[in-house]
Amino acid sequence: MPHFERLYNFACWLTHDRQEAEDLVQETYAKALKGFSSFRPGTNFRAWIYKILRNAFLTSRTGLKTSATVPLDLEGEEEALPTDKETPESILLQRSDNQLVQHALDELPVAYREILLLCEVEEMSYQEISATLAIPMGTVMSRLSRARKALRGSLQPQFAKRMN
Amino acid sequence: MVCESWKSQLDTYLDAEVPEQQMRTFDAHVRSCPSCSADALARVQMKRTIQAAGRRFTPSAEFRKRMQQKIAPKPQRSFGLRWMLAATAAIILVAGSLTSAYLGSRPGRDQVFSEIADLHVATLASSSPVDVISTDRHTVKPWFQGKIPFAFNLPELQNSGFTLLGGRMAYLEQTPGAHLIYDVRKHHISVFVFQERSLPAKLNENSLSPKQLPFNLETWSQGGLRYFLIGDASAADINNLAKLFKAAS
Repeated sequence: MPHFERLYNFACWLTHDRQEAEDLVQETYAKALKGFSSFRPGTNFRAWIYKILRNAFLTSRTGLKTSATVPLDLEGEEEALPTDKETPESILLQRSDNQLVQHALDELPVAYREILLLCEVEEMSYQEISATLAIPMGTVMSRLSRARKALRGSLQPQFAKRMN
Repeated sequence: MVCESWKSQLDTYLDAEVPEQQMRTFDAHVRSCPSCSADALARVQMKRTIQAAGRRFTPSAEFRKRMQQKIAPKPQRSFGLRWMLAATAAIILVAGSLTSAYLGSRPGRDQVFSEIADLHVATLASSSPVDVISTDRHTVKPWFQGKIPFAFNLPELQNSGFTLLGGRMAYLEQTPGAHLIYDVRKHHISVFVFQERSLPAKLNENSLSPKQLPFNLETWSQGGLRYFLIGDASAADINNLAKLFKAAS
């Protein structure tokens, strides 16, 4: 089962529920097997199967709820985030731990969470992310940049608390 | 202020997404600028932290098993489960130990084929499908020396329409083997070679592609080695490549 563990990890991050993630992975493989003829050899298999999972998520109960409450297209949204200069990340990260970052990722809007996971955890290229999320390359770059800023913005108060 | 334009692209640079020539300029700048190099280091740390934190959930053994059972090709798809069980029971009564041996080997065989299909798909999906790149068999074959516990011959491809793209190590049931990738009319064919005795299931001579697999597959045993050829190329192409291998071995 190619990418099984990683798809499950990604599904858990999207759904925040292990049972729902299992259903999502199961649905993904069922759809992938059924529609394997639609996969063009030579194109990116990983992006193809992640796209199936993400589409299945978006049509699931949790996915519909998420997209109803959080706009997926956040490109126009300018958030008042702390700039990089205010607190050096290096100091923050020396005190970082997995739990804090996991909590911060959990709290991010799903559109930011998924793009960060695809880039940093799955190590997908911008082109692969573009194919998976069905968004233009320019949007990949701007959304990724905003997601990183949002994560830093969310981590800074946590680290500030620890430093005091 | 001078560094603002660099810093605005620092994440893209660290994601290795700036053009190659610009990458070199960036490298040179980051090495010589203490501010950008400190910033780059911090961002790399952040990337690593997210990566570690992001690998958080692991599927349970029970779920994995359930999925494998669902995905593994079923022996008689057109029959209902009850019919299958009834038929199996009847056959066991009639054929006794011979049938038991067959039933014991078939799921193992199908699982091996599924794993071969997985290895083929996962390799083609990889950004670096081969570890040794060559169109020359004399470069690829020596690369496997010392990496796998057996030797094998590669066929001469002149005027055959096949091109050897390269090779890599493959593991089937923790057993090392050779994985070669050939190209024929833009279709990729994987050739796997393993030691017959180290494979978990008994595979019939010249077993052909199970219908449940979305690929054409051919397998045979020769000189203590088990060969698998799999790909989306036509059955005739796979058969032709198999003939070349059989002649070379």
